[in-house]
Amino acid sequence: MTKEDIKQVVLDIIADIAPDENLAAVKPEVRLRDQLSLDSMDFLDIVMELRKKHGIEVPEADYVQLASLDSCANYLLPKFQAKAGK
Amino acid sequence: MEARQMSTKPRIVITGLGLTAPNGNSLGEFRANLLAGKARIAVIDVRHMGRHPAGVCDFDATKWQKRKEIRNGTRVGSISIYCSREALGDSGLDWDKVDKSRVGVYLGITEHGNVETENESHNISQFGNDTKYWTHHHNPRTVANNPAGEVTMNMGITGPHYTIGAACAAGNAGLIQAAQMLQLGEVDIAFAGGVSESIHTFGIFAGFKNQGALGAHEDPTKASRPFDKNRNGIVISEGGAIYVLERLDDALARGARIIAEIAGWCINSDATDAVLPNPERQTECVRMALKRAGMKPQDIQIVSTHATATALGDIQECTALRAVFTDCPDTKINNTKSFIGHCMGAAGALELAGNLPSFDDGWVHPTINIEELDPECAIPGLVINQPVKVESVNAILNNSFGMLGINSALIVKKYGVA
Repeated sequence: MTKEDIKQVVLDIIADIAPDENLAAVKPEVRLRDQLSLDSMDFLDIVMELRKKHGIEVPEADYVQLASLDSCANYLLPKFQAKAGK
Repeated sequence: MEARQMSTKPRIVITGLGLTAPNGNSLGEFRANLLAGKARIAVIDVRHMGRHPAGVCDFDATKWQKRKEIRNGTRVGSISIYCSREALGDSGLDWDKVDKSRVGVYLGITEHGNVETENESHNISQFGNDTKYWTHHHNPRTVANNPAGEVTMNMGITGPHYTIGAACAAGNAGLIQAAQMLQLGEVDIAFAGGVSESIHTFGIFAGFKNQGALGAHEDPTKASRPFDKNRNGIVISEGGAIYVLERLDDALARGARIIAEIAGWCINSDATDAVLPNPERQTECVRMALKRAGMKPQDIQIVSTHATATALGDIQECTALRAVFTDCPDTKINNTKSFIGHCMGAAGALELAGNLPSFDDGWVHPTINIEELDPECAIPGLVINQPVKVESVNAILNNSFGMLGINSALIVKKYGVA
């Protein structure tokens, strides 16, 4: 699992929860909220889908780490690697 | 009981209507199928229960909602938005110029929340019943005001909104609530009626099944057969019918097309049994609605029955109607559930809608699927299997009754008729 893989995982989740959005031009370094119509319930959806589909837990204190695709990749990479290493 | 006639209060009129029924997504389509005798009942997979007949609506939710709205909201929210938006279009209101703080949304529901709670219970059962997998959308989806609230968010309405829980009398109850709020001056425009998503909850199917009241037939379009001797219960359906209501003076001032006038109503309670209707209270309910409308039974040309095709319920309603409509040779009696099943919270509102065009065309749609009329349901004026043309229709009585002994009778009349 690479950072690019993780970005795609997050984009796939967003595609499900925000189906009206055009995700082709999402900039990885820009906050998702600043370029997409996402609210707090949507971020909870991302957390839930990471849990359900990938077994990844994101504690509430770390929600800020999901701000952009880049920060998602940085934060989630060790979690996915730990999962794969089990 | 004391009754105040409606003439002492502001007159309330219907100026718009939007609906989705299992056999039509507009009044025109719905009406055409009622006059053509076309029922539309599907067979669906019900969780834990296998295949059962049910009335399924096929309106296009994306016509008025973004896909994210549909995903985050409820089925009944989508039904409510579709019907409200269609009603708005039908009303001719210039929406941009309407003061949204003076608009109210009053929607009748039989039940709400069961669908989402069942879905989430099933969802977490896939994860060892660990509640950390329970969606955070559950509560906004299941609060009782959800259908009306979704309408306000979609349409930018900032006036009051809530649902009226009234079992299967809810469609009438929504309209009555709206008329009262208009008379009180709480709002200037009301979106009101009834809605239901009940086919998506297995609980309601199982409840009726175990009560011996779930309809079945090898041909699903014949499963709902009120008044037939071999009827065997309710066909559960989804649907919605939402009206635009205004005070008459306001409607006239903007040159609105007036579809009908709310003439009178009554809601009362059996106070006897949770499920078995009480014909004495139903009789009182209808009589009170007539009194408030300043009408006699002979003034009613169409009685739209509630009858759901249960063994006892149909007989009880016929007993009530016999008591009121004696010596009424020109009163026709029909039933819409025979076409679309029981749309629960939407039933009363949809059944009224299907009859409204009679004011203009003089046709009365029948109750269909009667192969052998139950002698106990053989009431004079019952229109059986084929529509009938009458000289004129000036007033319609719409019955809707529900569990816990809630009865509603709503009378609408052709506008301009004394």
